[in-house]
Amino acid sequence: MYMNAVSPERNRIHPHKFTMWVAMGSIIMMFAGLTSAYVVKRAQSNWLEFDLPPVFWISTVVILASSLTIHLSLKAFKAREMPRYRMLITLTAVLGVAFALLQFAGFSALHKDGIQFFGAGSNPSASFLGIITGLHIAHVLGGVIALLVVFLRAFSIKNKVYTSVPLEIVATYWHFVDLLWIYLFVFFNSIG
Amino acid sequence: MSNEAVLHANVGVSGHDAHHDEHHGHHHETFISKYVFSMDHKMIAKQFLITGMVWAVLGGLMSVLFRLQLGYPDSTFPWLEDILGKWAKGGRISAEAYYALVTTHGTVLVFFVLTAGLSGTFSNFLIPLQIGARDMASPLMNMLSYWFFFIASIVMLSSVFIETGPFSGGWTAYPPLSALGDASPGSKTGMDLWLTAMALFVVSQLLAGLNYIATILNMRTKGMSMTRLPLTIWALFFTAVLGVLSFPVLFSGFILLIFDRNFGTSFYLSDIFLSTTNTALPNEGGSAILYQHLFWFLGHPEVYIILLPAMGMASEVLSTNARKPIFGYMAMVGSMFAIAVLAFLVWAHHMFVTGLNPFLGSIFVLLTLLIAVPSAIKVFNWLTTLWRGNIRFTPAMMFAIGFVSLFISGGLTGIWLGNSALDIHLHDTYFVIAHFHIVMGVASMFGMFAGVYHWYPKMYGTYMNNTLAYIHFWITLIGAYLIFWPMHYEGLAGMPRRYYDYGVWESFKQFVELNRFISTVVIIVFAAQFFFLFNFFYSIFKGRKVTTTNPWGSNTLEWTTPIKPGHGNWTGEIPEVHRWAYDYGKDGQDFIPQTVPVGDNETQH
Ligand code: HEM
Ligand SMILES: [Cu+2]
Repeated sequence: MYMNAVSPERNRIHPHKFTMWVAMGSIIMMFAGLTSAYVVKRAQSNWLEFDLPPVFWISTVVILASSLTIHLSLKAFKAREMPRYRMLITLTAVLGVAFALLQFAGFSALHKDGIQFFGAGSNPSASFLGIITGLHIAHVLGGVIALLVVFLRAFSIKNKVYTSVPLEIVATYWHFVDLLWIYLFVFFNSIG
Repeated sequence: MSNEAVLHANVGVSGHDAHHDEHHGHHHETFISKYVFSMDHKMIAKQFLITGMVWAVLGGLMSVLFRLQLGYPDSTFPWLEDILGKWAKGGRISAEAYYALVTTHGTVLVFFVLTAGLSGTFSNFLIPLQIGARDMASPLMNMLSYWFFFIASIVMLSSVFIETGPFSGGWTAYPPLSALGDASPGSKTGMDLWLTAMALFVVSQLLAGLNYIATILNMRTKGMSMTRLPLTIWALFFTAVLGVLSFPVLFSGFILLIFDRNFGTSFYLSDIFLSTTNTALPNEGGSAILYQHLFWFLGHPEVYIILLPAMGMASEVLSTNARKPIFGYMAMVGSMFAIAVLAFLVWAHHMFVTGLNPFLGSIFVLLTLLIAVPSAIKVFNWLTTLWRGNIRFTPAMMFAIGFVSLFISGGLTGIWLGNSALDIHLHDTYFVIAHFHIVMGVASMFGMFAGVYHWYPKMYGTYMNNTLAYIHFWITLIGAYLIFWPMHYEGLAGMPRRYYDYGVWESFKQFVELNRFISTVVIIVFAAQFFFLFNFFYSIFKGRKVTTTNPWGSNTLEWTTPIKPGHGNWTGEIPEVHRWAYDYGKDGQDFIPQTVPVGDNETQH
């Protein structure tokens, strides 16, 4: 009954997946707004320059690795290799949290060097770094939560039929926040 | 996923094959699930509409109050003290209250009425019905979008009742007034609530916009190609795209503002001495102009977010009631596309006098004036659609024609303002007030009225009363021109906006009478809106019953549903579409609905 209402060629992309793509456009605009503001502000007076501590390289490697694990977990899911899927998805979530912790380690390294992010005496260049990377961390953690939801749903008794769509959506998002970080990292290193 | 699967996705089972049944429209519905936490797009549309109407009354009332001050600056109204208390000591609105009213009026009308109330209502109502879908791509997100809007409304409303009053630094919330709690009473808790409400509002808009786009692109019924979409849908589509791409930028502006307010950063602040507390602030190196860039990057698209739905509905109503195909369908779509693209490239025309580099300014002049081209195309097409039509002057049609008139009047003054040299004189005067109230405020209101009068039979299964509607129309149209037209003269004479009392200027004494006149008309027009409100609510229960599915002889799909469609919209299968929506008066036939197959010797669209 339900397939004949819509012609098949319209179903090439699942509406929820499509929504995710549009949402990513939206997130891009937010970060584009912030990084443009950064560029504009930088061109004006009173801009503090400093280098990013090496921890950020490690976190970059970690988030890249997590993209790999989520990719593999999706493959495992589709191949119905459930134990492998569970292992990989847990690993992905752990790497996501590790990324967030490493970012904070980066912040505190900067803080030790006397760079102040907020409050009196802070410079916009550091505040920008704090806010932009902070927002990015929030997006990564949002991905971790989504991952947990998908993961737990796979166990629920109600759900007898396995569909990979939710996992695919989370995986797309995960790769997206990964790429977003690469962009930000390059941005801060070259423009910063 | 198919339409049915989306409808059933919220019943708890996410598997595709779990549902072969055909019971859409017959879920067990409680009062709560039907009227409150409804996921039916039609009910959500009504929720947006009614919330928008409540806000329109409140926002309109605020303008009546501050117009009292502007029109009768020397009089006192003791009853004001009764309702406003300390904000109107001795029966005269205080300066602080005046600014708070102006600010809240602007915020509420722009965002809550003309964004949520307008596109929220009609995107929800018309998208599934006109593209032939059972509901939105994600009914859950749709419901959430309304509830985020609702909470935003509550937060904004609560700011009116707090000790220090609502935010009072203008609807654009420029820093430093918005960033420094000590700058004015309204900058304290009022601004915190303003920011919270607006952040929630942005979330609501994003949830809504994502859903509209996904629905339009993925859930159209068989045969409904993009070029067969009614212009309403195209307009709502571009509206959603603009919102999804520009609200996040506003959000980033707000985030920086929140940090400046609460966490001592200096994005927007530099070298400030506060006379209220007699302190020099430590903030250094910030730039208030940065906020303006971020704000207007949303702000300008926002004005088109407000206008495009009105344009789409006016097109639909004009064509239906002129019994003629819309003139230049593809040109209409193309010009909306052009408007949507240009909307992102003109924001700095709000900042010509901020010290913007004049060379950069001239680029923005060019881009700004370019918008006049698609705007003119649309006007031309509306007029040619009307030309030699068999016009039926239904209330909706009157408002649609009124919309075209207002759009022309207000668009022309936009061309004045778009010239950076003229803008040096006109910026921040009543000329700007006149410009945007006519082209955006009143015009979009007219689009909204046209939409309500036109689709009311589909919403409630009854008609609104025509006599009341005509009275409402004429008072509102004439009143709107009488209110805003004279403001052009005040602006040309240099009268600045956002002042509490013009009595101190010798040069504006000449406008005392005029201001009193304007304020008097404001009161009349505000009162006339009760013709509409009464008509609306009375007709829900007592209006003449709709007895035919297609009362306006219209081509679009919503008129193929039952008179009172249930959740799922069509009882049987969703109809297939064979033609565009504008076959009026073709081959001697009054109208040919989109569901009628193309005949053998007919030209196809
Ligand atoms: C031919 C097209 C238009 C042009 C060239 C134009 C140009 C301008 C310019 C240059 C300003 C800034 C004036 C100033 O602050 O000094 C302005 C203000 C404004 N315009 Fe337009 N405009 C056009 C159409 C529209 C439309 C269609 C809308 C809304 C639907 C609109 C809404 C507004 C609003 C809301 C403001 C003032 C915001 C504020 O300062 O509070 N304009 N317009
Ligand atoms: Cu503008």
